[in-house]
Amino acid sequence: MTAYLVRRVLGAVPLLLGVATLIFVILNLAPGDPTAYYTSPGVPPDVLEQLRRNFGLDQPLHIRYVKWLLAFLTGDFGYSFGQGRPVGEVLLEALPNTLLLAGVALVLVFLIGVVIGVVQAVHQHSWLDGSLSVASLFFYSMPSFWLGLMLMLVFSLKAYEWGWPIALPPTGVTSVDYEFMSFWERVGDRLAHLVLPVATLTLVLAAGVARYTRGQMLEVVRQDYIRTARAKGLPERTVIVKHALRNSLIPVITLLGLYLPFLFSGAVFVEVIFAWPGMGRVIVDAIFMRDYPVVMATTFFFAAMVVFGNLVADLLYAVVDPRIRYD
Amino acid sequence: MTGPHRHLVGDAESLPPEPIPVPAEAEGAYALEPPPEPAPVRARLLSAILPGAGHVAIGAWGRGMLLLLAWGALLAIVVLGWDRIRRVPAEGTAEDYIAVATLVFALAAVWGYALRELVRPARRAPTPGDSQWRIAARLLARNRLALFGLGVIVVLYLVALLAPLIAPYDPIVQRDIVRTGYLPPSAQHWLGTDQFGRDVLSRIIYGARISLSIAFVAVAISITLGTLLGAVAGYLGGRTDAAIMRFTDMVLAFPRLVLLIMIIALFSPSIPLIVAVLGLTQWPGTARIVRGEVLSLREREFIQAARALGMSRTRIILRHLVPNVLAPVIVAATLGIGNTIVLEAGLSFLGLGVPPPRPSWGNMVADGRQNLIGAWWVATFPGLAIVGTVLAFNLLGDGLRDALDPRLRT
Amino acid sequence: MANTAPLLEVTDLRTYFDTEAGTARAVDGVSFAIEEGEVLGIVGESGSGKSVTSLSLMRLVPEPPGRIQPGSSVRFRGTELLELDEERMRRVRGNEIAMIFQEPMTSLNPVYPVGEQIAEALRYHKGLGKRAAWARAVELLGLVGIPDPEQRARAYPHQLSGGMRQRVMIAIAISCEPKLLIADEPTTALDVTIQAQILDLLAELRERLGMAMILITHDLGVVAEVCDRVLVMYAGQVMEEADVDTLFRDPRHPYTEGLLRAIPRLGQPVERLAVIPGGVPSATAWPVGCRFHPRCPYGWELCVDAHPGLFEAGVGHASRCWLEKHPERREAVRRETGGYAAKVPRTPAEEHHRPAAATGEAPEPERSPPEAPPRPFLADPDTEREVER
Repeated sequence: MTAYLVRRVLGAVPLLLGVATLIFVILNLAPGDPTAYYTSPGVPPDVLEQLRRNFGLDQPLHIRYVKWLLAFLTGDFGYSFGQGRPVGEVLLEALPNTLLLAGVALVLVFLIGVVIGVVQAVHQHSWLDGSLSVASLFFYSMPSFWLGLMLMLVFSLKAYEWGWPIALPPTGVTSVDYEFMSFWERVGDRLAHLVLPVATLTLVLAAGVARYTRGQMLEVVRQDYIRTARAKGLPERTVIVKHALRNSLIPVITLLGLYLPFLFSGAVFVEVIFAWPGMGRVIVDAIFMRDYPVVMATTFFFAAMVVFGNLVADLLYAVVDPRIRYD
Repeated sequence: MTGPHRHLVGDAESLPPEPIPVPAEAEGAYALEPPPEPAPVRARLLSAILPGAGHVAIGAWGRGMLLLLAWGALLAIVVLGWDRIRRVPAEGTAEDYIAVATLVFALAAVWGYALRELVRPARRAPTPGDSQWRIAARLLARNRLALFGLGVIVVLYLVALLAPLIAPYDPIVQRDIVRTGYLPPSAQHWLGTDQFGRDVLSRIIYGARISLSIAFVAVAISITLGTLLGAVAGYLGGRTDAAIMRFTDMVLAFPRLVLLIMIIALFSPSIPLIVAVLGLTQWPGTARIVRGEVLSLREREFIQAARALGMSRTRIILRHLVPNVLAPVIVAATLGIGNTIVLEAGLSFLGLGVPPPRPSWGNMVADGRQNLIGAWWVATFPGLAIVGTVLAFNLLGDGLRDALDPRLRT
Repeated sequence: MANTAPLLEVTDLRTYFDTEAGTARAVDGVSFAIEEGEVLGIVGESGSGKSVTSLSLMRLVPEPPGRIQPGSSVRFRGTELLELDEERMRRVRGNEIAMIFQEPMTSLNPVYPVGEQIAEALRYHKGLGKRAAWARAVELLGLVGIPDPEQRARAYPHQLSGGMRQRVMIAIAISCEPKLLIADEPTTALDVTIQAQILDLLAELRERLGMAMILITHDLGVVAEVCDRVLVMYAGQVMEEADVDTLFRDPRHPYTEGLLRAIPRLGQPVERLAVIPGGVPSATAWPVGCRFHPRCPYGWELCVDAHPGLFEAGVGHASRCWLEKHPERREAVRRETGGYAAKVPRTPAEEHHRPAAATGEAPEPERSPPEAPPRPFLADPDTEREVER
């Protein structure tokens, strides 16, 4: 199994290189003055010249590529002009926020999704199954940005207006008076700010997981070894949980790895709407400001998450399915 | 117990309690049902005058009411939009011509379908000789949710095509902002107005045109590209397969949304660009599915027979493999359209999609966001349109998958 | 014979399925009994209802779309199984009646080691602790002939061969020392040499544990090896019932005769294989009258008009055929048309109604010489010559 994993990891490296190259190529293909990549408008011409030389922009493409690649790989992501500080710093600041949001959402998505999927499969054809299916499909068909807005509208803005007991804050990670709060107040404040963004992300993605889990469970329950388990006289609960679930979780768990990048990039809309200072918002702002170093670095990060997520999925698959493990 | 030999049957077991209804000829083959009878002449005449009435007359209430409804709605459009229709020959644009043509076509289709159903009803029971597609169509017809989805989609496309005739207001022209801006839903503006006084309902109707066409073309590009590449990779195998798959993996490795955002922002948004980028980032999914199918089909006898007959590889791929992988591709395409609509809406929301002032459901939500608490209708209704549309495509896609998947059939 | 009650007594078992094409009467009035330690074989083609019968005994038939009809009875050691609540039925399953299935590949859970799958039943039914159950599982693996059972117990199903997997299934089945083992085509999916080993194992276990067995198969060779008595099923009903020797020596039902004829034998000069003309009808539409009549070379009008019962054909021998009541007809047909050896079997269905729409053509036989009175079927070279086509 270790050989398998090592092979996968090694295979990911050229993939990442390819991705980085692709980013570089795309950015250099964009129309317009090459110096515009590394400058912002309103910069005086001699500074531009200086920057040109500093960044080796007067040099041919392939040399630029190599230099850029080397810098990139050693962690030097360049300098953000939109924010006036190293890109690395920008990322480091935004990363924990996205991790918090995505992490909590991931856990909830899988807990809720799997439970609903199993319940549906066990009670197939009942009204519960039917209504959960409809609800699932409904949320699955929703654009996250709209759901976020609607939730914000009802549970935050209108709630304030109508004076409901629980009115959630519409934006940001913490309230304005965060510094003046006691420890528990702070915890509560953070949680309150987390609710709407996490709910938005969770509702949309959990629906997908529920559908998938249901499908897998239904497949598994038709298998011969379930019949064997019943023929052994085991109680139905054991048959479902110990035999059926264990098998249907295999593909579902690998979904975890695949959903990881989804969460990160899907959080883009949620972060924009709720003004959550995470990677998604960073990249959107950077794109509009033409802050290319930031764009490159964040894009690479997202792509790396995809590759990482796939690796995690493979790893989990190997852990959970003995057929892969002992091959 | 029947027949002249009863007296010989002293101690025979009694027959099974339920009567056996089948004639003795049935020897294991399907008892061929006779084809259904055409409806009586009276019903057919009724249908010719008023589609749907014929169905009601013979007792097919469900379909009859639906046909009546469709016919009624279309006629209402003709009547209410008569002014506009009248003006089309003189001052109509291409869009208007298309709208009128669609109206005529729809009327003809409803009329023709109703009549045909009565004159030559379709078989309900499985018959030997049914093609895979006919069987699937029958299964699909039994799935109410899928049919509902299909119905919604048809209505949607009709609405989009008939937009010039049914939208109450112009979607783009800005009006007196002070007097007409941010009006809540009312009798004059069923869904209210936005910040520029533009009628939300009309914009949603026109937005449907954009969203649906973008999604359609983008998915068409992606499945064509994906099917070809997947089929080639799967069939040729070896280095070609490895190369194509590496490329596929690389495109897949990119988080799609981020890639889309990046490219569109760099090259400034326009509709052709969006369509191209959406299409060119979606093909890997299809390619993988197709490759998988082709790999399993490749060793089947009919392919080997074709090879033995000396068919060129291109021919084999195009004429034998592709038709057989159509089923999962169709399902993927249908679900893909739903997905693409959401994606395009998201991009428009960020300002990277359909450029204003043309309405797209996504950019309408963005507009609404600016005054979410004061004018909730501007953001809510376009979103509902998105949800409804995507839901319909997903229902249809699920239904197609159930109907076309051989394993799910007991 | 001691007057003990039979171990299992099935009376008028009917299991129907609701399908789109109508009600499929998969098992339509099956009755039989098994004594302790007896091996009963159930033989039939696919579609005869033999598997559904065994599933019905264990009440493993999925309730929609299947249902066991009221009026059926399955008495096991005096208890009516069809009336037990689910909880008590579960304690019977695996514990007093066990079952092994046809596909060892897919019948074992791929994510648990085989030892665990055996131990599970022991823990649940016998209340053994983890260690004790595991130890016993290892013992059982040894009992069924798996080498190195200590190691193998930790293996996963995909690491074992088909034959070994079937042995594991058997180990699971006998783990709680059931009184009755139902084996549904246990060797069909295995190689011939492995088949023999598995059958030997079953025979040995039956000796050792005094288990009764129901062996379901379509392979008459297997039946001849292992079984004491045989039921021949067709179209959801028992067509013939006899002890093994009698069945092979003196088959009374035309279906049994056809099955036996269809076995090709070494040294037999044959150009084409013998078949029973026609195909198994659909369970939603069993033929009227005798269900076999459309394919039967001996049939006449009575067969179409009246459904035969299980008539006595000897001691412990019954046949569901009108020929039992009219034995002269059997002679007559054999004389005139050679029965199965006829050129083109003219069944009543073909004479009285439209020609058969079904599949399966009878091969062209040559007219055989007039036949001597019926002799023991299998052993006779003259009879064998009739099979030449």
